[in-house]
Amino acid sequence: MKVQIDSQLCQGHGRCYDLAPDLFGEDDEGYATLTALTADGNVPEGREGDIRLAAANCPESAVLVHEEALNDRR
Amino acid sequence: MTTETVVVVGSSTGGVRTAQALRREGFAGRIVLVGEEPHAPYDKPPLSKQYLAGEWELDRLALITPEAAASAEIELRLGVAAVRLDVAAQQVLLADGTALDFDSVVIATGAAARPSPWPADSGVHVIRTLADVDGLRADLAAGGAVVVVGGGVVGAEAAATISTLGHAVTVVDPLRTPLARLVGPEVGRPLEELHRRHGVDTRFGVGVEGIDGTAGNLTVRLTDGSVLPAATVLVGIGAVPNDAWLADSGLLVENGVVCDRYCRAVDSDRVWAVGDVARWQDPRYPTEVRLEHWTNAVEQAAAVAHNIVHADGLKPYSPLEYVWSDQYDWKLQIVGHASRGGRYEVVGDLAADPARAAVLYSDDDGRLIGAVSVNWPKALVTSRRALTAGGSDFESFVEQIKALPAKPPAPAAR
Ligand SMILES: Cc1cc2nc3c(=O)[nH]c(=O)nc-3n(C[C@H](O)[C@H](O)[C@H](O)COP(=O)(O)OP(=O)(O)OC[C@H]3O[C@@H](n4cnc5c(N)ncnc54)[C@H](O)[C@@H]3O)c2cc1C
Ligand code: SF4
Repeated sequence: MKVQIDSQLCQGHGRCYDLAPDLFGEDDEGYATLTALTADGNVPEGREGDIRLAAANCPESAVLVHEEALNDRR
Repeated sequence: MTTETVVVVGSSTGGVRTAQALRREGFAGRIVLVGEEPHAPYDKPPLSKQYLAGEWELDRLALITPEAAASAEIELRLGVAAVRLDVAAQQVLLADGTALDFDSVVIATGAAARPSPWPADSGVHVIRTLADVDGLRADLAAGGAVVVVGGGVVGAEAAATISTLGHAVTVVDPLRTPLARLVGPEVGRPLEELHRRHGVDTRFGVGVEGIDGTAGNLTVRLTDGSVLPAATVLVGIGAVPNDAWLADSGLLVENGVVCDRYCRAVDSDRVWAVGDVARWQDPRYPTEVRLEHWTNAVEQAAAVAHNIVHADGLKPYSPLEYVWSDQYDWKLQIVGHASRGGRYEVVGDLAADPARAAVLYSDDDGRLIGAVSVNWPKALVTSRRALTAGGSDFESFVEQIKALPAKPPAPAAR
């Protein structure tokens, strides 16, 4: 799974980094960033659920998730 | 072997997010998502913003694509309304005569725009669904002045969008300031000024007596005796929960489906409700509450999915109220309670152009109870964390916000 923040869309609702603070960070103004764990866009093994949770909670659909395998639903 | 089935009724924010959250929680049974509207599930906040402005096409409003639904094994039954809930028989009856059996049912039928109480033959609109906005845009395309009745989130946002499209717009509301149910006059007045700077005429503190005429040639009669001509009228006077289909279900329905602290209907362990249609017993409050906020629908969906999957580990649902609104260049974010009067402190300048400020609210005991930010997400997020942690001493929290970095980043950086 891969993840990206669309910084054009992000409005700083802060849902992603409050729900998964090690996977998403915030800049000085409160807009979302990736973190050391996600900097390359790769989602750490076993953290797919947290990424999906953040995406589901983003009011601007700014957390972009690319599901690679179809069967990694858990 | 039998598989469990969850039927989710309502295919917008609350319903879609419930179905997705059930899978996140590891629910392996059947999920059926029923929706009255024929469209693929779409999001509502852009309806008064980018979609009304014509900036976004429908595909950008998608809450879940049919492909993503298929890969999560969420069955979509779109374009068919649920007409009846038979709790004893564990069945949802659909308008096409079919029935769906369930082990659990989640009511996510949301709310409808409160209809205009001023009958007119044509040209008077509401905004709640895609079809509503398409109808409004068709009338707007003919040009002419627009009267917006209601200065709440939907009315005020639509007024901003419609005036940006080039129409002469007047907003009328019997309340004193815009967004009066969410924010006090300390925010409402500068917001009204913002509208006036953008050429919108405002009539706060004045009600509507009646609307006459037809599309392109309407008159709106106000309680102060004045008369406003309009080509198109938009009525944004709130929403009413879509609970009429439950009338003979035996469930307690009173301004929404009445639920316990776990968002479970008070009369049945198999029935749950989320989003705008749910009125549940938040443990913090003396009576049940119903919220019409996007993040509430999403968080409540997660709570209900958790509680369906973990029957032996039910969690009460008690969210922190959060809502936002976009008007012109204002990004307003509101957390906690900001409309109850009492003490407040403004950090920054709401009258500046562009504005960047936070308004912080205190209760009588000197604790933070809410915050409003304009173009300053950091202040909002900081407030939300303090409120989540149980509130802060107001004085020291004000100092903390004042100490945040002062300068917004150059626009090019974003
Ligand atoms: C124009 C507009 C702008 C908004 N802007 C913001 C904002 O900026 N910030 C914010 O926090 N909130 C905003 N909101 C509020 C937010 O969109 C709602 O809180 C949210 O949509 C609630 O989701 P829901 O799923 O509970 O209900 P709804 O979105 O109302 O969805 C209910 C769904 O159920 C379907 N349905 C109804 N009856 C039946 C039936 N009998 N059978 C089958 N299906 C049925 C409906 O067709 C609908 O698709 C806005 C709302 C509107 C209308
Ligand atoms: S939730 Fe979305 S809008 Fe909010 S900070 Fe994260 S990416 Fe940005």
